[in-house]
Amino acid sequence: MSAQTGVLKAGAGGMPLTMKRESLTADAFRRLIRNRAAVVGGLIVLLLALIAIFAGQIAPKSYEVQVLIDNNKVPAWMVSLFSSMAPYAKTTTDYLLGADYVGRDLFSRLVYGSRVSLSVAFIGPIISLLIGVVYGSISGFFGGRADNLMMRIVDVLYAFPTLLFVILLMAFFRSTFAKPDPGSFAYGLSQLDARMGGMLFIFMGIGFTAWETMARLTRGQVLSVREKEFVEAARTVGAGNGRIMFRHILPNIVGPLVVFESLSIPTYITFEAFLSYIGLGVNPPTPSWGSMIAEGGSVIRTYPNQAVFPALALAITMFAFNFLGDGLRDALDPRLRGTQ
Amino acid sequence: MGRYFVRRLLWMMLVLFVVSAITFGLMHAVPGGPFSREKALPQEILDNLNARYHLDEPLVVQYARYLYDVMIPRFSLLEKDPDGGYIKPIPSLVDDFVIRFNIGAVEFKWMNFGPSYASRSRTVNDVFKQQLPVSFQLGMMSLGFALLLGVPMGILAALKQNTIWDYLGMSVAIFGVSVPVIVLGPILVWIFGVSLKWLPPTGWGSQPPYVLGLFPSNLGPEFFKYAIMPSVALGLVSSASIARLTRASLLQVIREDYIRTARAKGLMERLVITRHALKNSLIPVVTILGPLFAALVTGTFITEQIFGIPGMGKYFVTSITNRDYPVIMGTILLYAILLVVANVFVDLMYAYLDPRIRYD
Repeated sequence: MSAQTGVLKAGAGGMPLTMKRESLTADAFRRLIRNRAAVVGGLIVLLLALIAIFAGQIAPKSYEVQVLIDNNKVPAWMVSLFSSMAPYAKTTTDYLLGADYVGRDLFSRLVYGSRVSLSVAFIGPIISLLIGVVYGSISGFFGGRADNLMMRIVDVLYAFPTLLFVILLMAFFRSTFAKPDPGSFAYGLSQLDARMGGMLFIFMGIGFTAWETMARLTRGQVLSVREKEFVEAARTVGAGNGRIMFRHILPNIVGPLVVFESLSIPTYITFEAFLSYIGLGVNPPTPSWGSMIAEGGSVIRTYPNQAVFPALALAITMFAFNFLGDGLRDALDPRLRGTQ
Repeated sequence: MGRYFVRRLLWMMLVLFVVSAITFGLMHAVPGGPFSREKALPQEILDNLNARYHLDEPLVVQYARYLYDVMIPRFSLLEKDPDGGYIKPIPSLVDDFVIRFNIGAVEFKWMNFGPSYASRSRTVNDVFKQQLPVSFQLGMMSLGFALLLGVPMGILAALKQNTIWDYLGMSVAIFGVSVPVIVLGPILVWIFGVSLKWLPPTGWGSQPPYVLGLFPSNLGPEFFKYAIMPSVALGLVSSASIARLTRASLLQVIREDYIRTARAKGLMERLVITRHALKNSLIPVVTILGPLFAALVTGTFITEQIFGIPGMGKYFVTSITNRDYPVIMGTILLYAILLVVANVFVDLMYAYLDPRIRYD
């Protein structure tokens, strides 16, 4: 953005004031940068993204190779941290955070696990935005009977207990596409899912349930902007529906939508962790923090390190996204500060 | 008001109808049936089982039968007992209703959720009767915890805005939203259950019979000893959002004109806050109580697994893998009913908190 410079005459003193005029995005970005918590959150997210991308280079070991003889081994410093382990723990120097119950490196699994959480954090909002914004803007823009019908459908979907619905959907995907005929659409989907370690169906499960609030929000925003003068002006000069929608309405409502989406990222991450925890998430041996917490949870009395570290990783990620989301909200819409 | 609630009620029925239809369709679309095994059962046995549970009928008929069993009240005549009372038949797998009482010789029966295929000796109503109270108690405890922690924290943060209290409260809140129950649960178990041994790491402290069929009969230290960790783990996230919402809403309300009026007429500050500000600022909080309630009662599913609590959670997950259709339907419908009823309740609360809101 090339900054334009305007010179204003200040009232009483007659002193010329130089004011840099900024675009909205630049202004928001400046406010975001000044928010220390948001910057820390953003940096952590960036770091996590790098870890996820370069997991293959960072992880010292494979996440799936089982060295059964090393099962439940821990490094010496872990024994001094969790003193209850001292009587029975087998120590080793091979594993940074210890090995799990079948002798897989916990640290490497943690590193690879970031891939799952991070993909959900980025793809969840995209799916929710895509479905929700399209649905909501059609509903809000055309109004009338279509609007009424579309919103009633959303109302009904709202009455579904979300978590139960996702669990049911996951069971449906998992077993419907389990052994399809080669060459069919279902086969393609299940192949794709298998290649993604089971993440495709997680995205679909979350996507099918997460767009409803987005659709309501978009509709409300479209309704409020639709009657504004600039839309009327555009219509007068002969702009079509598509042009009005994409050039005039969407750019004006995108702020609150992005804010809302960034604040729901932690919810998506929790959803994936929940699903993997109950065994309906990623396919083993693909590591997810949720499934690691589940596996570690069953031996928490004897080897607490196996549950505590994935739990910490998940918590830190959630912190980072919460800080970043809060910061984005304050930056993009200062009036909303402190709400939600 | 009356017309509004009639309309609400009709809408509720429609919603539940659609929810049940979608669930029914979806679960029957999942391949495999309740009686498919690794080693297939002989065809004759399979046919008999399917006929016994009407699974050989077309789906539409099955669905209609299900709706009929659940929704249509039944009346029957009871036999006279020699002692002057009436003999009630012992409920069987096909005749177990949630609501069942008699006036004289006429017995009224309503809501039969059907048999459970996985445990042959129990009906879905048995599962509800034994497992639901536990989940309900856990959900209520965590809702209570969320409100008890969240509302005062939000009020304190708003009244002492930009002081250490505000920052402290909001830090706790952001901590709260960042540690979901699967993070907090294992950590709490490890600290208080395993290392310090202050609290039992798993289990639940109340046994049947329950008061009114839902509430624990031993509401004492023994109960709380088991309930405190799971309730905190489940309720913390909600308490954080309640705190943030309370704070934001109260901050907005104390800048309103009527608060200035109240102060100007010389009202004590305490009264200004309690009578005028608090009541009005709680409206947004009440709004999210509906969804929050839903999140908590369904959230118990994960919490129960972590803390080994014998609630509904295990049944729902296993019922899906077992294709135990009546249990799946029953659970989803039950929670959907809770949800829509909670939302109607929220509407009623509005009218109480804000006299300007009228339903007509």
